Amino acid sequence: MVEPGSGAAIKAASARNADPEQRVLERIAEIRKRKPSLREDAITMSHGAGGKASHTLITALFGDILSNPVLDQLGDQAVLMLPGVDNVGLAVTTDSFVVSPLFFPGGDIGELAVNGTINDLAVGGATPLGLSAAFILEEGLDVATLRRVVESMRRAADRAGVNIVTGDTKVVPRGKADQLFITTTGVGVVALPQRLAMHRIVPGDVVVLSGAMGDHGSTVMLARGDVDLEADNLRSDTMPLHGLTAALLDAGIDVHFMRDATRGGVATVLNEIAQAAGVAVAIDEVSLPVHDEVRGVAEILGIDPLYIANEGKLVAVVAREHASRAVEVMRSRPEGAEAAVIGEVLADPEGMVFLHTGFGGTRVVDMLVGDPLPRIC
Amino acid sequence: MKFADEFRDADIARALGARIAAESGDRHWKIMEVCGGHTHTIFKYGIEDLLPSNVELVHGPGCPVCVIPMGRLDDGIAVAHQPGVIFTCFGDLMRVPGSEGSLLDAKAAGADVRMVYSPLDALKIAQQNPDRKVVFYAIGFETTAPSTALTLMRAKAEGIRNLFVFCNHVTIIPPMKAILDSPGLQLDGFLGPGHVSTVVGIRPFEFVTNTYNKPVVVVGFEPLDILQGVHMIIQQINEGRCKVENQYKRVVHDDGNPKALEVLARVFKLRSHFEWRGLGFISQSALELQDEFAEYDAEKVFSVPGVRIADPKACQCGEVLKGVLKPWECKVFGTACTPETPIGTCMVSSEGACAAYYNFGRYSRARERERVLASAEHPDGNGNGNASGNGAERKFRPIPAQVG
Repeated sequence: MVEPGSGAAIKAASARNADPEQRVLERIAEIRKRKPSLREDAITMSHGAGGKASHTLITALFGDILSNPVLDQLGDQAVLMLPGVDNVGLAVTTDSFVVSPLFFPGGDIGELAVNGTINDLAVGGATPLGLSAAFILEEGLDVATLRRVVESMRRAADRAGVNIVTGDTKVVPRGKADQLFITTTGVGVVALPQRLAMHRIVPGDVVVLSGAMGDHGSTVMLARGDVDLEADNLRSDTMPLHGLTAALLDAGIDVHFMRDATRGGVATVLNEIAQAAGVAVAIDEVSLPVHDEVRGVAEILGIDPLYIANEGKLVAVVAREHASRAVEVMRSRPEGAEAAVIGEVLADPEGMVFLHTGFGGTRVVDMLVGDPLPRIC
Repeated sequence: MKFADEFRDADIARALGARIAAESGDRHWKIMEVCGGHTHTIFKYGIEDLLPSNVELVHGPGCPVCVIPMGRLDDGIAVAHQPGVIFTCFGDLMRVPGSEGSLLDAKAAGADVRMVYSPLDALKIAQQNPDRKVVFYAIGFETTAPSTALTLMRAKAEGIRNLFVFCNHVTIIPPMKAILDSPGLQLDGFLGPGHVSTVVGIRPFEFVTNTYNKPVVVVGFEPLDILQGVHMIIQQINEGRCKVENQYKRVVHDDGNPKALEVLARVFKLRSHFEWRGLGFISQSALELQDEFAEYDAEKVFSVPGVRIADPKACQCGEVLKGVLKPWECKVFGTACTPETPIGTCMVSSEGACAAYYNFGRYSRARERERVLASAEHPDGNGNGNASGNGAERKFRPIPAQVG
C-alpha cells in the first residue's frame, strides 16, 4: 500500500507526470519574468486596483517614459540627496485619494490622505517632516462636507505630529469629479545608508504582519452599500505607522524591508517582494491574523482577505533571529497589537508566493487580477 | 459552529486522505467534479496534495462563466452600448473576452456597465432609474436561475417595466450527458453539483448510474465534503455498487426544492438548443423566458447581432471542459492565455479550471512533492515538512512559532 504524501507515492507521481507539467510551468515562469507591456487601448478600472494591471501600467508606461535612477527603484518613497550631506537623505512620497463614500466607519478621506502618505514615508524608515495637500473639488460640494474632511485632516496630522504646510485647490464642473479628491505629498528625512531595501531580503528571513488583514477594504465596500451586508464591529484600520516603524528600528531589530499593505492587500506586497528580491515567500494560512467580521464578509463575497486593502498595516521582513523580538516590539504598541509571524523567505522558486492551507495543502498566491473592490482609497 | 472550520479540519483531512489511499489500491482513478465551485475549493485548499497520486480529479463543465460562447457575450456587449441602457452582470463576467473586447472594455469606452451581486440589485437600479433601461445579463445553472425568476416575478407584480433580462441560464444534465457520450472519455464517477442539487434534488442524476453505470455523489463545497465525496465513490465501486448518493445532506434534500422548481417553471421554458463554449450546440440545455414575460426579455426587446463566433483556434477550452485535457496541456495555457489576458473562458472565472490551476495549483504539487520527498529522505524527516538543512538549500521549513 502506498501512503498519500509518502516518498514512494510522490516519486511515482513525479516520474509519471511531472516532466511535461514541469516544462509548462518553467515556460510560464520565464514569461512572467519578462517586462510587462501595456496592451490595452484604454484605461480600465483594473489599472487602478493595485494588482497586475496597475503594476503593468506603472512599469510599462510611467516607469518607461519617466525613467531615472531614483524612480526606477519603484519604492514607496524616493530618496533625494542633499548637496554636501551624505548621512541623511530627503524622502519624498505622494498619494491620491478618491475613496467613495467620503466617510465610513473608522475614518474618512481626509484621515486616509494624511495617514497614507505618512505610512509611505514610515515604511522606508523615514521620519516625516511635513505634508502638502492638493484638493480637486466638484462644483456643488457642500462646504460643511469639505470642512469636516479638512478638520479630520487636521486631527490626523496633529495625532501624527506632522503639519500640513502647503496646498492647492482646484474646482471642476459638476460631474467632472466625484465630490472631492485629495492628493497629499510627504517629505521626511532618512538616515543613510538606508537600512531598509529590497536587496537586503535574503532566504531565511521571516515575514511579520503588523495586524489583522482586510479591515479597511471590507469596511468601505460595505459602506458603499453595493452589497446588502452589515457588520457592526467593522472599522477601517486607518492609522499612522511611523511610531511603530521607529520603535522597531530604535529597538535595534534587523529589519530588512517594510511595506504598508494598502490596495491589493498583503498578497500584493508579498508578490512584489518575491519578484523584486528574486526570492520565494511561503506563508502559513493558520497564522494569518483576520478579524471575524472580515472573514465573514470575505467568505460571503468570495474574496480572499489576503487581497483586501488595509490602511494601517505593514509587512516587515526581518532577520530570522530577530523575528520574535520584532513581534514583541510591535505587540507592545497599539498599532501592532495583533502582529504575527506569517511566513518566511525561501530561495526558490523565484518570484513565487505560496500559502500552506490550514487544510494541509499548498497553493500559489498570485498577484490580484481585476478589480474586486473599486475606489477604496 | 464558527464559520465552517469544522469542515476544514486538517487532521480529519489527513485521516480521510490515508483511507482513500488505502482503499484506492493500485489502479488509477479519474473522478470528475462537475461544478466550478468544487474546482475552486479543490485548488484553494490544495486538496490534491492530500490525495494519493493514483486518484485524479478531472475538472468539469460547471463553471457558468466558462460555458458562455463568444457570440452571446458580443450580443450582451451590443446591448450595453445601446443608448439609455444600464447593463448589469456578475463581476467575473466583466473580464470575459468577446470577439472585440470585454464588458470592462465596453465600460471604459463609455457603456454604463455595473457589477451586481444579485438580480435584485438590478431591480433596485431599475427602480432608482425609471428613465433608463436596466438589463441584467443572467448566467448560471439551476442555482442562480430561481433568483432571476423571483426578480422577474417581483418586477411584474410591482409594474416595473424598465428591467430586462438577457437570459443565458443553462441546465446541468445535458452537458453531463454530452460529456458521457463523448468518445475516449474514461471517468470512474462524478462528484455531483451541490448547489444545483439544492434546487433539482439528486434524482435527475440517476441516468448517470442507470444508463452509463457511473456512480454519482452529490457533495458540498467545503474541502472535507470533497474528500468525503471522493471516498464515497471509491467505496461504491469497490463494493460493486452504483448509485446516486447525497453527501451534502445538511443542505440538499433528495427531492430538491419544489418551490424553486415551481418558480423556474413559471418563468422559464427550455430552449430548443443553446451553444456551449467548447461543447457546441446542445439541445434543450438552456432556459429562456416564458411568453408571459416576453416584455422583459432583452433578446426580444433589443436588437442583437446574434452572430455565432467560433472559439479562437488556439483555445482548447472545450477539451478542458470535457476533462480530456488538463489545463496545463492546452497549447496556450499560461503563455498566450493568462488570467490577465485570457483567450478562453476557463481562464477568466475563478471557478474556471485553467484560472484555478494557474492561480492556485501551479507549482504547488510539484513543489510539495519535493518538500515531502526531502523530509522523507532526511533522517529526522517524518513527512510533516520538518525538513532541516540550512541557508538557501532549505525549502518549506516550518514557520517559526508565533510569539505571545
